[in-house]
Amino acid sequence: MTASRINARTAPAAVFPPLAEHPVEYRRVYVWELPVRVYHWINAVTLVLLCISGYIIGAPIRAFYAAEAYQQYWFGWVRFIHFVCAFVYVFNFAARIYWGFNSNKYARWNAFFPLTRAQRQEMVDVFKADVLQTKLHGPISTGHNAVAGFVYFFTFLAFVAQTITGFALYSSMSNSWLPRMFTWIVPLMGGEASVRSWHHLLLWFFVSFIIIHIYLAFYHDYIEGRGTISSIVGGWKFEREKQDD
Amino acid sequence: MALSIWQSMQQKGYSRRDFLQFCTAAAVMAGLDRSAGAQVASVFEKKEKPAVVWMHFQECTCCSESFIRASHPIVVDALLDVMSLNYTETLMAASGFQAEKSLNDTIQNNKGKYIVLVEGAVPTGADGVYCMIGGKTAESILQTVAKDAAAVVAWGSCASNGCVQAAKPNPTGATPIHKLINKPVINVPGCPPIADVMMAVVTHLLVLGQIPALDSLGRPKEFYGRRVHDTCYRRPNYDAGLFVESFDDENARKGYCLYKMGCRGPVTYNACSVTKWNEGTSYPIQSGHGCIGCSEEGFWDNGPFYQHLASFPGFGIESTADTIGIDVGVATLAGVAAHAVVTNIRKQKVIAEVHAEEHTQVPAGK
Repeated sequence: MTASRINARTAPAAVFPPLAEHPVEYRRVYVWELPVRVYHWINAVTLVLLCISGYIIGAPIRAFYAAEAYQQYWFGWVRFIHFVCAFVYVFNFAARIYWGFNSNKYARWNAFFPLTRAQRQEMVDVFKADVLQTKLHGPISTGHNAVAGFVYFFTFLAFVAQTITGFALYSSMSNSWLPRMFTWIVPLMGGEASVRSWHHLLLWFFVSFIIIHIYLAFYHDYIEGRGTISSIVGGWKFEREKQDD
Repeated sequence: MALSIWQSMQQKGYSRRDFLQFCTAAAVMAGLDRSAGAQVASVFEKKEKPAVVWMHFQECTCCSESFIRASHPIVVDALLDVMSLNYTETLMAASGFQAEKSLNDTIQNNKGKYIVLVEGAVPTGADGVYCMIGGKTAESILQTVAKDAAAVVAWGSCASNGCVQAAKPNPTGATPIHKLINKPVINVPGCPPIADVMMAVVTHLLVLGQIPALDSLGRPKEFYGRRVHDTCYRRPNYDAGLFVESFDDENARKGYCLYKMGCRGPVTYNACSVTKWNEGTSYPIQSGHGCIGCSEEGFWDNGPFYQHLASFPGFGIESTADTIGIDVGVATLAGVAAHAVVTNIRKQKVIAEVHAEEHTQVPAGK
């Protein structure tokens, strides 16, 4: 793209300083490998389905009324969707944990903890960009930024909590070994009613997470300008070439 | 030598036929085949009457009331005659020192052989002064009687999990008995437990002389192994998504599922929908009222009873996980929207800065 075209199309000439003949150069970086992208979208679809079906299970809508029970099974299907998605979700998450030890550096396990000085510095940058809004442009991080990574770690804890409480509730309806491993949770948490309350409350953590996550993905796409949104589809982001100066 | 069960029944005027009927019913109650009645009879001809003490602590006696309404009168009558019920505050004729002596004698003379049935929770607050009998605290009495008992049965939710006395804030420190004694306890929760379940537990102890198979919460598996929901005759309406929306609507008349009316069937382990109550007449859901989960720990604190989701502690009486969650969700959306507005207000400045930064490295001399 030439400098003149940018100038002509997007901004009045008076606002911008004169353009260089050699604009900043970017190179493509393959950030999100296929397993990460597959994980992300399976996770996204099942999570949304789990939230919707879970909410309906907690507060069934008044729909499809007929005279007799044998004529329909819609609530059974809602629960079926919830259970199937839950199993897919759990195994998908397990696969992601495995991949966290085999992936490239961007999706590796240590991207989720602020272990290095650089990561902690990056947290300050993210705070400036997202909260103070004093740094409204320029690159922050090519992979997960340090704050996002650490928040994802807490989200993983919520995954685990939801998995445990979910299987504990499911265990009374199942003879399968996986849910049966969690039967002891029910007496520990003071009965199924209490497990159900916590399982339901965590639903809203995920709803809030989804809202913030999608917003911040768009926001960082905007302020960083290097294809944050498209990277989770194609895997590529753009990184500025090192300047000579 | 104490009298055998058969001898004592003869003394009370039961016929041989009554005795055999009782033996057959007892065999069935204990989970054996009807044909095992003959073997039970031959054992009961020799077996001594078991000594039983029935303790009453913090309770309302609804368990006793339930027990005497079992659906098989011959069995419950015979049981009360067959067992040597040596001590029970509400039914015994003796009082004062006589009653105390009876309890002490039973313990002394039947070490390791007597059965203890406990009704009621034990208060542990203020050194146990909230429940005292004969100048002794409930806890010290419980420790004394449980020490040499062959089996300890916790009748009802009070003794099994504290029930209403242990509801928040539990001013008397009401404690279920399994937390106080160092012995396996058969928990038979419910407020009250179903009469036939109580009878079957006692019969099981009597016939087989051993504790029935218990789950992880100490409840007999045969009666507390499944949820009320799983055996409920209204369950097909649940799967079909047919719910009562209000107690006086057409759906209630049609007998749809009471899930949305706060029915605790899906989280309650009991045999109500199988054995039913009052000689198999009905049970709460069949009468059009949701289960309140009376056999579950902390059911008083998981209210309101007529609301599917329990109110959430610390957020006011009416707030559920949903009301809190919706507030959090709306706050998040509002925050995100405000952030987007602020970002857009500065948009021109950002675009200018980006262009300045990325396009103004004009080489010197140009």
